[in-house]
Amino acid sequence: MSEGLPPALAEIVADFSQCERQEKLALLVDYSNQLLPPPPEALADGEAPESVPECMTPVGLRVLERDGRLRFYFDVPQDAPLIRGYAAIMQQGLWDTTPEEILRIPADFYLQMDLQELLTPQRLKGLTAILAHVKRLALRLAEG
Amino acid sequence: MNDEYAHPEALVETQWVAEHLNDPDVRLVESNEDPLLYDTGHIPGAVKVDWFTTLQHPLRRDFLEKDQFEDLCRRLGIRNDTTVVFYGDKNNWFACYAFWLFAYYGHQNLKIMNGGRAKWVAEGRPLTQEVPTYPPTDYTAKEPDPSIRAFREDVFRQMEQGLPLVDVRSPQEYSGELIHMPNYPQEGAQRGGHIPGAVNIPWAQAVNPETSTFKPPAELRQLYEQYGITPDKEVIAYCRIGERSSLTWFVLRYLLGYPNVKNYDGSWTEWGNLVNAPIEK
Repeated sequence: MSEGLPPALAEIVADFSQCERQEKLALLVDYSNQLLPPPPEALADGEAPESVPECMTPVGLRVLERDGRLRFYFDVPQDAPLIRGYAAIMQQGLWDTTPEEILRIPADFYLQMDLQELLTPQRLKGLTAILAHVKRLALRLAEG
Repeated sequence: MNDEYAHPEALVETQWVAEHLNDPDVRLVESNEDPLLYDTGHIPGAVKVDWFTTLQHPLRRDFLEKDQFEDLCRRLGIRNDTTVVFYGDKNNWFACYAFWLFAYYGHQNLKIMNGGRAKWVAEGRPLTQEVPTYPPTDYTAKEPDPSIRAFREDVFRQMEQGLPLVDVRSPQEYSGELIHMPNYPQEGAQRGGHIPGAVNIPWAQAVNPETSTFKPPAELRQLYEQYGITPDKEVIAYCRIGERSSLTWFVLRYLLGYPNVKNYDGSWTEWGNLVNAPIEK
């Protein structure tokens, strides 16, 4: 079922797949409150975050690497809780993973969360794009 | 030229809403782009509608049918004589879509809260996570009002007669240069560009970016008239799926009083996929 997913992400996906529609919304709201801001060292290089132009909400993405393991940080406006929630899922689900683990994640993994009944295709594309940009950063680090 | 909106009764200020929170004749309806925003906190007493999960038809590409719309109103405690006040995020973009749908089914007392959610929050007014319930009503909808909705046949006719079409998307969508990323599906349309003859007046230009409130009448009039969008002609507005253009429809119809304005909700995701439909870039 959750083949190819890092364990933490697989667990989150499983939680969602067991939820009713209304519970899914509540769970996403919970996650939206858990998004961790970037620590100073993630901002130290002074570079602009990777942007995700495909998402209707302005999203910035940063990665911090330590000993070959990655942590992702997202800039998402406060008034976009859906994207904050999704970003928090990515942040927690990919915490301290390797670039190889990230590159193995199937692009359509969110289908297992059954979000199609809640979100428009356009929204789902935005979410897919966030993963695509996460992978881009991971690939850049993997290739050194 | 007098500087008043043509139908000032279609707009209320946040203060008015604050004074009517417990008014049984008023129902506040929050309609957002972000489907979680209501759940994080909303105006006390407000009910939620979501463009995708509440207002769209569960099967075909369409919005609710008449009986489904009646069910919705009954569930939300809306009577036929209830004053329904819409507000939402992103400059009331989806609030205007909900307004348009209610107008289509003939509801009489409809209002938009000027400035939307952003203004209410900026003024430090209260939000709650408590979801209200209201006694169900026996709401009955009127027959759909075809004068405010354009189908593709109407758009072809409009184009062939050289009548005004307003494309309210961003300049990049209008010109057909899409944001591109390899292997990533675009916009939901096979082709980019715009309907021949359409002028590009991005929807958000009708709103003050700092306050999210509508621009004053004279500025709005100038915004549209400079492109030849005048009240003497029938106007059709469109965007990608018909939500942004419902804000333009609201502005033209209610704030400027244009008598004949239609929203083409098929919009670019229909036109840009239609075999044989002419496109301009």
